[in-house]
Amino acid sequence: MAEFNVNLRDVGSVSVIDVKGYLDAHTAPELENIFNKLLVEKQFKVVVNFDELKYISSAGLGVFMAYVETMRENKGDIKFSNMKENVYNIFDLLGFPILYEFYKEEKEAVHKFGNQG
Amino acid sequence: MNSVNKIFEKELLVKSTTDNLAIIRDFIKSAANQSGFSEDSAGKIILAVDEACTNIIKHAYKYSPEGSILIKIKFNDPKFSISITDEGSHFDPNKVPEPDLREYYKQKRVGGLGMFLIKKLMDEVNYSTLSGNKNQVILVKYLSN
Repeated sequence: MAEFNVNLRDVGSVSVIDVKGYLDAHTAPELENIFNKLLVEKQFKVVVNFDELKYISSAGLGVFMAYVETMRENKGDIKFSNMKENVYNIFDLLGFPILYEFYKEEKEAVHKFGNQG
Repeated sequence: MNSVNKIFEKELLVKSTTDNLAIIRDFIKSAANQSGFSEDSAGKIILAVDEACTNIIKHAYKYSPEGSILIKIKFNDPKFSISITDEGSHFDPNKVPEPDLREYYKQKRVGGLGMFLIKKLMDEVNYSTLSGNKNQVILVKYLSN
């Protein structure tokens, strides 16, 4: 069974999602649930912290693609931080760096929303 | 250093459920390690097989958990070949267009990335239809690459 954990926390007005373990077609629905919750709460400024994510497949990438436009239409975004090289390489293969912002540190990504923490 | 084998064959038969993806990845990982692939190359093979099996679960079996997926690995140094066979609906890989991320973004489409990734990650990809309405995809990675 794939191990995956997702945690949601607030940093000022920004919602930070910590993803941990293995994000594949089996576990992607857990991440979708978090995004659906954010939409209900009208939280559109999102940083995803990948520090503890070991693996991602296209099912995981698809979750970000499914929600990013709604976030942007509402003056928010989905920004990425703390990504390991092997995970970043998959995003890169699919051309994500053209359409998404990647940051080394979570606080840089949060700061980009104009949030002082 | 783990022992490396020059020639071997292994197989795994699983039901078409997404919770088996982790079992499939472990199976591929152990075989790739046994063949002497670097962690980076093994990671590519693991992802390609995950994507192929995810496509089978979603599209060939449409999430029905009763389907079967047979994975056979043949390693004959330097050729690492994985055949994945299912008995679900047939699809024509030539009819799946290469994804354009900008178009996907506009249309909120989230599928179709798997096949594109498989092609990028492996050295050879070959889809075929076998007798008895079976579909097969053979993925190949050469050890030297």
